[in-house]
Amino acid sequence: MAKTVRIASGLGFYGDSWEPVVASIERGGVCYVCSDHLAELTLAILQKDRQRDASLGYARDVVPMLMRLWPLMRERGTKFICNAGGLNPAGAAQALRVAFGTKSWKARIAVVSGDDVLAGLSAAGATFPHLFNGAPVEGVRERLVFANAYLGARPIVDALAQGADIVITGRVADAALFLAPLVHGFGWKLEDAASAADLAKLAQGLAVGHLLECSGQGSGGNFGSLGAWQAIPDLAHIGYPIAEVADDGSAVITKAPGSGGRVNFDTVRQQLLYEVHDPHAYLSPDVVLDMSTLALSDLGDDRVRLTGASGRARPEQLKVVAGFSDGHKAEVTWGFSWPDAMAKAQAAIEMVKSQLADKRLPHDELFVEYPGLNSAHGALAPLPADVGELNEVWVRLVLRTQVKAAADGFGRLFPWMGLSGPAYTCGLHGLHNSGELLGIWPTLIAREQVESKVRIEVIET
Amino acid sequence: MKVRLADIAHARSGDKADWVDFGLFAWNAAGYAVLAREVNAATVQAHFAAWLPGRVECWPLPNILAIKLVLRDALQGGGARNLRLDNLGKAMAGALLRMPIELSEAELAASQSPRVGWWP
Repeated sequence: MAKTVRIASGLGFYGDSWEPVVASIERGGVCYVCSDHLAELTLAILQKDRQRDASLGYARDVVPMLMRLWPLMRERGTKFICNAGGLNPAGAAQALRVAFGTKSWKARIAVVSGDDVLAGLSAAGATFPHLFNGAPVEGVRERLVFANAYLGARPIVDALAQGADIVITGRVADAALFLAPLVHGFGWKLEDAASAADLAKLAQGLAVGHLLECSGQGSGGNFGSLGAWQAIPDLAHIGYPIAEVADDGSAVITKAPGSGGRVNFDTVRQQLLYEVHDPHAYLSPDVVLDMSTLALSDLGDDRVRLTGASGRARPEQLKVVAGFSDGHKAEVTWGFSWPDAMAKAQAAIEMVKSQLADKRLPHDELFVEYPGLNSAHGALAPLPADVGELNEVWVRLVLRTQVKAAADGFGRLFPWMGLSGPAYTCGLHGLHNSGELLGIWPTLIAREQVESKVRIEVIET
Repeated sequence: MKVRLADIAHARSGDKADWVDFGLFAWNAAGYAVLAREVNAATVQAHFAAWLPGRVECWPLPNILAIKLVLRDALQGGGARNLRLDNLGKAMAGALLRMPIELSEAELAASQSPRVGWWP
């Protein structure tokens, strides 16, 4: 059994930078890179790719990422685990096989599938109530575009046991990407974990995964504060977090020597609570983590020790996130300058409303905000005392409609106002800027309904 | 005296479907005592009410000098149907840090330093 397992954070989302992972591999002594490519709604983007081309539907950045990293990983025996498979893990593996083939690189790739539960949610009579408001799925069933269950660590553990160098999954719980190599490396009990000690190890592993799943957010990036963020050095060359985990589950969070960013009590805490609801019951498919018993101690020199997390037995059901078509939007942004910038902006908004009425453009809502004044903090952002003297006012108008043609036509309400509306305007854009809106449907599904269909396929490049 | 939460705490927000969640962190134990007194579901709900009147839940975590908050019905139904520029609420922790709180001058000084996690 390994004494410690060192894991590097890979990407934190589809589109993130993999360059910081180079330092973790070259100077961080890591045995695994675990990479999270799927935010809650990334699958909606991948669904559009797959509709266009059935060989797509995966996070395509995994290919250039591994073309950069694999030569460094291969010579050190570093393994790679990711959920970049999205809606098409086999397609991701095939793309990697082709790319590795051009370099004659050899790798054993395991493909985990079985998280897609769209057929189950779409079946007549299925209720799958909304997790937050209890409404039955029936109301949106015809409009569902994807539905995926969050798998746990088990299939990744099995893939590693089969000697995989690279594991590609679809939707799994983000932190399970990191928990799996710990279960594999230390031989921890997983579904048979029952004692407080066994559950505590899983809870520690899950907390470690949660701290690493958002790349630079765990090492000083995105550090929300008044002023303090300026003390974090060299974010331009940030090192993503690395975890050194012992077989009892205790862990140290750190980063590659010489990299930018900061791992300290504060940066680690901001990530620990990120996108957590009840911190006494952070749910995952493998264990329920209680954060109220854990301790973080700052050892200095970008090292924070994590101990004491406790765990309870895993939930009976798995979480599903589905997405459904929910109308269309179109957005236009326009700038108005001194004098009377705000008054002219408001006059233009009234002209748009008149146009909407005159042309009977069907819509649910015309949403208006003022970028630079209140678009981030709404009514909680105080306006300056003398609004009439503002140098510039920017207006962002967004139409919500169920009718695609209405969204597509929204931009055409504006150009004439360039010569026939208020003066001293600039930067009108968004004349052809419409898009689809998606609703999100979180729900639960019986574990056995999903797990009986999970498959692991191993291919060699 | 009245200050803003930003003067004694730091914060990050995130989204799950239509709910925005906040981690709010004191710099030290003295600051946590002020947070624990001033920040709860009712005071945070009152702070956001003029903009987002959804229900607030609150969990104090003395072990890490932090308070966890969740604001419901905050994203027009969810990130991919929210028309705001900040459709995922990532900037909303800043709005939380605008919240006014009441404390003494001594409490303010004690809340600001030392900072547990900032070694030279």
